[in-house]
Amino acid sequence: MSAKPPVKDWAADFDHTDPAWNRDPFPIWDDLRRRCPVAHSERFEDGAFFPSRYADVREIAYDTEHFSSRRVIVREKKLSQLVPAPPITSDPPEHRPARMPLLPAFSPKAIERLMPGTRALCNRLIDSFIGKGSCDAAIDYAQHIPTRVIANMLGVDEEDGDRYRRWIKLALEEGIHDNAKVMQSIKEMTVYFSEELAKRGDKPGDDLISFMRDQRLDGQPLTAEKVIGTLRLLMIAGIDTTWSAIGSSLWHLAQHPKDVARLVAEPALMDTAVEELLRAYAPVTMAREVVKAVSINGCPMKPGAMVLLSFPAANRDPEMFPDADKVLFDRQENRHAAFGLGIHRCVGSNLARMELRVAIEEWLKRIPRFRLEDPAGVTWSEGTVRGPRTLRVAWK
Amino acid sequence: MAGTKVLRVRVEGGLCQGHSRCCAVAPELFEADDVGNARAKGDGTVAPALEAKAKLAIANCPEHAIRMSQD
Repeated sequence: MSAKPPVKDWAADFDHTDPAWNRDPFPIWDDLRRRCPVAHSERFEDGAFFPSRYADVREIAYDTEHFSSRRVIVREKKLSQLVPAPPITSDPPEHRPARMPLLPAFSPKAIERLMPGTRALCNRLIDSFIGKGSCDAAIDYAQHIPTRVIANMLGVDEEDGDRYRRWIKLALEEGIHDNAKVMQSIKEMTVYFSEELAKRGDKPGDDLISFMRDQRLDGQPLTAEKVIGTLRLLMIAGIDTTWSAIGSSLWHLAQHPKDVARLVAEPALMDTAVEELLRAYAPVTMAREVVKAVSINGCPMKPGAMVLLSFPAANRDPEMFPDADKVLFDRQENRHAAFGLGIHRCVGSNLARMELRVAIEEWLKRIPRFRLEDPAGVTWSEGTVRGPRTLRVAWK
Repeated sequence: MAGTKVLRVRVEGGLCQGHSRCCAVAPELFEADDVGNARAKGDGTVAPALEAKAKLAIANCPEHAIRMSQD
């Protein structure tokens, strides 16, 4: 897709869409952390930085004075207009009023109510392939779980997942290289949600679309742009991310029968195991735009430059996590940053954790022994969200 | 009881971002409010049997938002 030359020097010319990075980024990050903890690249408009240490990622996540969230994706060419998707693209003071109304819908209590339905969904999916002895765990299983759960929360057709996932691929993957694809995705989603809003009219409803329509700020209804921006965000953020976390976890388990045996024998280990899988395979890398000159770990950054905020790399920093490169299901102290740090903590973190846990639990109940059918054939998504997109596994 | 020290936990409201790790690790000591931010249950007193769990909650808070004190 990209005609760019392969990366030779990760420190001065990194590319987070390079095939080598997609396949196995961990050795690249380990190397950068040792010799150039804030890497740089001119492959992206106005330049981009890649801090790989936990402490630096944390400092940036907390610093809303020098780093803005108005752009959260690093693209070859910046979009000529800002596309708000509040609250993820909001900075203080607009951030809090955009975020607060969403929180009750994603609180631990609200999410617990979705657990039985999610378990049933996982089992219906497993029913559809268990007799075959093999499946694509990314396509036949992982991708459907968050897609259907968020479609039900939004109140849109859960059978339309292919369309939703196409929008996301255009916005987050292909759109890194081609802004026309991002704008096409945004346009199609805007039309889609406008139609969904029109369908509802003023009728009361308990889905998230009706909920956003009914929000008031200082007594005034939100603008259509804000409502639709947030709806686009909920759909984009709710699908690829958790799909990736479930897929990466199954990829790990398929290759580590001892970890599987331990989880089956000690179900109480599930809480720390899920946290460890989130640490080791955190799917989401966000970004910030420098808005005021600043220096991070001795590296000067000018306004306009983009900074990849790699929670996945931070989570692999041995300064923060002993044996950072090992997946230890009984890791007791785990301050991982899979859901971000600071005011932009993932609004859907309780939902994602629930889905990941339930997806693994139900899978292991039905398929406690399985393996990769074609290790070399596993493919990974590119760029902003990392997870397997084909993942053949077998159990017969 | 005279001479007995009481351990207490407290969540710094300005630091908590609602990761809910403390509520998962030590549900006896922490609970989430309606928006998902954490607070200590009751007056935050930590029974001696729960001291290890309180420390675990502190060690799993990504925002370093939990304080433990003795009085």
